[in-house]
Amino acid sequence: MKKMSFIMVAVFLMISASLAAAGTLDEVKKRGQLVCGVSTGLPGFSITDEKGVWHGIDVDGCKAVAAAVLGDVSKIKYVPLNSKERFTALQSGEIDLLVRGTTWTMHRDTALGMNFAGVNYYDGQGFLVKKSLGVKSAKELNGATFCIQAGTTTELNLADYFANNKMKYETVVFDTHDQTAAGFDTGRCDCLTSDQSQLYGLRTHLKDPASAVVLPDVISKEPLGPVVRQGDDGWFNVVRWSLFAMLNAEEMGVTSANVDEMKKSDNPAIRRLVGLEGDKGGSLNLPDDWSYQIIKQVGNYAESFERNVGQDSPLKIARGLNALWNNGGIQYAPPMR
Amino acid sequence: MAKPEETTVWWNQAHNRALMFQVLLGLAVALFFFFIGRNALHNLEQRGITTGFAFLGQKAGFGISQSLIPYSEVGSTFGRTFVVGLLNTLLVSALGIVCATILGFTIGVARLSSNWLIAKLASIYIEIFRNLPLLLQIFFWYFAVLRTLPSPRNSMQLGDWAFFLNIRGVIIPRPIYEQGFGLVLAALIISFAAMVFLKLWANKQQEKTGQQFPVLLISLAILAVVPTVAYYAAGTPLHWELPELKGFNFQGGISILPELAALLIALTVYTASLIAEIVRSGILSVSHGQTEAARALGLRQGKILRLVIIPQAMRVIIPQMTSQYLNLVKNSSLATAIGYPDLVSVFAGTTLNQTGQAIEIIAMTMAVYLTFSLTISFFMNWYNARSMMKER
Repeated sequence: MKKMSFIMVAVFLMISASLAAAGTLDEVKKRGQLVCGVSTGLPGFSITDEKGVWHGIDVDGCKAVAAAVLGDVSKIKYVPLNSKERFTALQSGEIDLLVRGTTWTMHRDTALGMNFAGVNYYDGQGFLVKKSLGVKSAKELNGATFCIQAGTTTELNLADYFANNKMKYETVVFDTHDQTAAGFDTGRCDCLTSDQSQLYGLRTHLKDPASAVVLPDVISKEPLGPVVRQGDDGWFNVVRWSLFAMLNAEEMGVTSANVDEMKKSDNPAIRRLVGLEGDKGGSLNLPDDWSYQIIKQVGNYAESFERNVGQDSPLKIARGLNALWNNGGIQYAPPMR
Repeated sequence: MAKPEETTVWWNQAHNRALMFQVLLGLAVALFFFFIGRNALHNLEQRGITTGFAFLGQKAGFGISQSLIPYSEVGSTFGRTFVVGLLNTLLVSALGIVCATILGFTIGVARLSSNWLIAKLASIYIEIFRNLPLLLQIFFWYFAVLRTLPSPRNSMQLGDWAFFLNIRGVIIPRPIYEQGFGLVLAALIISFAAMVFLKLWANKQQEKTGQQFPVLLISLAILAVVPTVAYYAAGTPLHWELPELKGFNFQGGISILPELAALLIALTVYTASLIAEIVRSGILSVSHGQTEAARALGLRQGKILRLVIIPQAMRVIIPQMTSQYLNLVKNSSLATAIGYPDLVSVFAGTTLNQTGQAIEIIAMTMAVYLTFSLTISFFMNWYNARSMMKER
């Protein structure tokens, strides 16, 4: 799988004579299916249930785009990727869109031929430790062994943090979330470090979730968001505004339950949101009801958040930074007009 | 008589034809590679993906769990991670080749043993380990066997010695060499030289007089006595740094990672089962008449094997061993599945992901494996040529 995508990217870059620069949107329409890259299984973000159906806040990111472009959230092919495979899969064109808890950094944005379309979750790196160790703060972790997932910003942040605090550490690097969690669970490592949201999710997969605690320390900024290939502005716009539509819907109080009701609203901002007035889908090359379909089939940002990682989920993560800007958080979408 | 007139034009002459086709084919191949190379560069540029090898000089900034050379996550470069991964791959491959050869020979000979139980046990071993996928075996050793070891605080200890075994690996004392240790090293080298000399002398003596000289016993005595004398003469210039449980882990000493252990065990056990079959086929290829003739000369069983059977069997064994060694080196890249920091895990994994320069990094990694394989092939071919039947 991994080797395949490396080879694919090489072969693709070598053979393809020319590139359809603005092609992804047309391609997806023609194919009638969105190919979306997600994780290999991370509770709350992208994971399959016992029936094999994908769920999570990242999966909702895929669904929003499928609803906008194809009008049907079921027309998606999910491609599970580990963190080492994800960029080559996107660069090679194996997937149309990557929504896989990927941290927006300058290097990734500028040097890898990718663009970040927005932030669907503001995160930060934290630590999961065994309760029995009696550790209260990350500063007490001098000399500890850490389980990490390969190819993440986590590896770099950890090095920075321990160097800054003049502490020593050891790492064991695994390929997938499951292996990393298993390494921690069996005691190969003292501590599992990753984005804090993931720690809550991975903790639910331990043999005894109560045996581990997430430390209060957050040592980095991890803005996670959907990623597309660079140089395809039309597709970039579609992905970015699919996310903004969900945020704007929350801000205006439009939900999947009341969106049909709201169509009768006199409020011009709401009428623009559900595609009754203004530019509608025209400049995005989408059907006029694109944002209506997102809200109807996926819901607004708050619905997606609470259902997957918030109070209606086993993870019970508070909105925190991910609350709207007028609610104490930093989620902020430009107006739709 | 006049020369018969040339009837065919020059481009229809056989050797000119052949040359022309060679040149055309060469050109086509060169053109193909030029085309895909240029195309790749063009596409990379158009997609805004950075190219080139400048990243090798940039700071890496991530930790590696095992390094044979000084490596720091703060100061070292991506180029350094390449060397660290390369050495880790070399380490596990070299250890694996040595262990698999020893174990494989033993099992192969055991399978032909006249002792029913030993022969059956050897064939059960071979049938089990030869027929299970290697990755599964690695997982078995790592997740099922080594993961059941106790935590550092409940480590198993070897008597009162400072040898510890826990889920983080084996922790042993680290030797610290002081001034004067050079003398001990020199004594070691001198003893080895003396052993070689002794062997040569003994061979000559045997040819001349037919008398055998107890080379092995004397050699062992030299090896035991000379360095020990030097050690005390130099004032015991060697101390041990003992591992000690401090905080989360043992501090000091050398720790052997469970990832290395699991990978090494799996590679050894798997490859040994294949080598055992090769050894068996080699031995069976030597006709039984050889054994009977040797026995008729009054040689003992061990000597028959060592002096008559094995040297002839080697001609069959060596070429097949080469491919097993090559397989072992390539199989060591499965390390990435259990987090052993080999070249594929560190360089083609983490470094690739942090820099995003897939083509350069995969090309470098492939070049490394190609170099390893060609070196082993070259060496084994040389050895094979040496041990081939010499016609006199």
